[in-house]
Amino acid sequence: MRRAVGAILRKDLAIELRTRESVPAMVLFSVTVFVLFHFGLGRDSLDGDLAAGVLWVTLLLATVLGVNRLFASERDQGGIDGILLAPIDRTAVFVAKAAVLLLYLAVVELVAVPAFGLLLLGPSLLDALPELLAVVALADIGLAVVGALVAGIASETSARDLLVPLLLLPLLVPVAIGAANASEPLFRELSSAEDLGKWLGLLALYDGVFALVGFGVFDYLLED
Amino acid sequence: MPALPLDEAGKYVAAAYIVFVTLVVLYVAIMAAKVSRIEREVESLHDLLDERRR
Amino acid sequence: MYSKGLRPLAAASVVSLAAALALVFFYAPNDADQGFIQKIFYLHVPLAIVSLCGFIAGGVMAIGYLRSRDGSWDMRSYVAIHLSLVLAVGVLVTGAIWAKGSWGHWWVWDEPTLVSFLIVFLLYCCYQPLRFSIEDPERQARYAAVFAIVAGAFVPLNFAAVRLAQAFSHPRVLTTTGGNMPGEMRLAFYVSLAAMALLFVTLWKLELASKHAKLELKRLRRRLEADLEAEGAAPAVAAPGPSTAAVPAQPMGG
Repeated sequence: MRRAVGAILRKDLAIELRTRESVPAMVLFSVTVFVLFHFGLGRDSLDGDLAAGVLWVTLLLATVLGVNRLFASERDQGGIDGILLAPIDRTAVFVAKAAVLLLYLAVVELVAVPAFGLLLLGPSLLDALPELLAVVALADIGLAVVGALVAGIASETSARDLLVPLLLLPLLVPVAIGAANASEPLFRELSSAEDLGKWLGLLALYDGVFALVGFGVFDYLLED
Repeated sequence: MPALPLDEAGKYVAAAYIVFVTLVVLYVAIMAAKVSRIEREVESLHDLLDERRR
Repeated sequence: MYSKGLRPLAAASVVSLAAALALVFFYAPNDADQGFIQKIFYLHVPLAIVSLCGFIAGGVMAIGYLRSRDGSWDMRSYVAIHLSLVLAVGVLVTGAIWAKGSWGHWWVWDEPTLVSFLIVFLLYCCYQPLRFSIEDPERQARYAAVFAIVAGAFVPLNFAAVRLAQAFSHPRVLTTTGGNMPGEMRLAFYVSLAAMALLFVTLWKLELASKHAKLELKRLRRRLEADLEAEGAAPAVAAPGPSTAAVPAQPMGG
């Protein structure tokens, strides 16, 4: 299992490093959306709930791009047959894909969150960095797990690019609720962690539930 | 929140219940249409059977 | 076999719906706080509960499908989700009417039932597009089952998340949803809930029976046509179609 996950993970990362398709697109998309929000809201700097909302909505939308491409190599070049022929646990595919997406998201946020801090955020990001990191980490796990599941569900449909956002975004509403509410007090002028435990708990619960669901059902998607 | 006068509130309550009834009636009507389609199908199967017997 | 017990079930749901209506309008007292408009509660909340349970039941039946690979479980799950989606429209509309009547706005974001329903509704709206964009019937059932399980797990989680978000900004709780209802109200509510559940089960069985009949007919026709072809007796008579006018509708027969 661990070796299979590692192998798929290495394969996907090698492809991404060579083609540079998903991550740069997600980064560019995020920064573009920040610019759009600047003009759409007509504000030079944001704080509090508005900042939290803009950041998380942008990251959720960027996730959609990554999820859309998550099974691209399997689909276009028939790599899925190789995986299915190999005597490995199908759940390894789920774990590997979620891990790939998690890595993508981490790299994207490494650029997008500082860019958000520079371009739009009024208060400094550094005031509440540890708390923000915790929120981002828990939210990312949820995004990665649900993203891998949705990518799997939509991978065999004919209307894939339409279904991915339509399925993914409602499923991510609890992440938006948890992450935005947790980071809202962190983005205030005098940042303070308010109710952080409650929202982190919600995110952790979400991660746990969908990780279990993914472990339980993902192999049914890869049967033939 | 003070209680609304009965006629004002009655309108909304009636509307809500009418929506519910309409929904159920619509659903049942669609189901009835489907059933009649099935019956037509049964009939054409009967015809086929007659054809075969002849 | 699917229509077995359908008739008593239908009768029971009609009787209980009538009883619920009578209790709601002639027995339960007007709400001290909201007045007459609160009568929508006896429609909106049971509708919401039954619809949510239907979504979750659809997920459970999907597990049944994946376990047994029996197409009838897939059909059960599909019909449950389809029916819940129809009821969800009712939840959203009655909720909006209630909101307009008692708070003056068609939509209130601090009503957790309504908001979670919108999200769940948006998610389940993708169920049928997902299903029908997969050609292979076996794969269609399998993917739909996976979706139904994921979405079924999402329903309670989403409800909790939305409620948490509301409790944060608005401590106001609808007085009547708690256990502090007077006895008459509680009785009317439970009878409404039971009536709604019966209605759901009746409609569910009705649609299952019709779906099953349709499938059986298709199978019969295929066999009959194959037989005809084999005999070579009547080539090309098998052009099916609505030849005669529909016979008067009869009660459902399996």
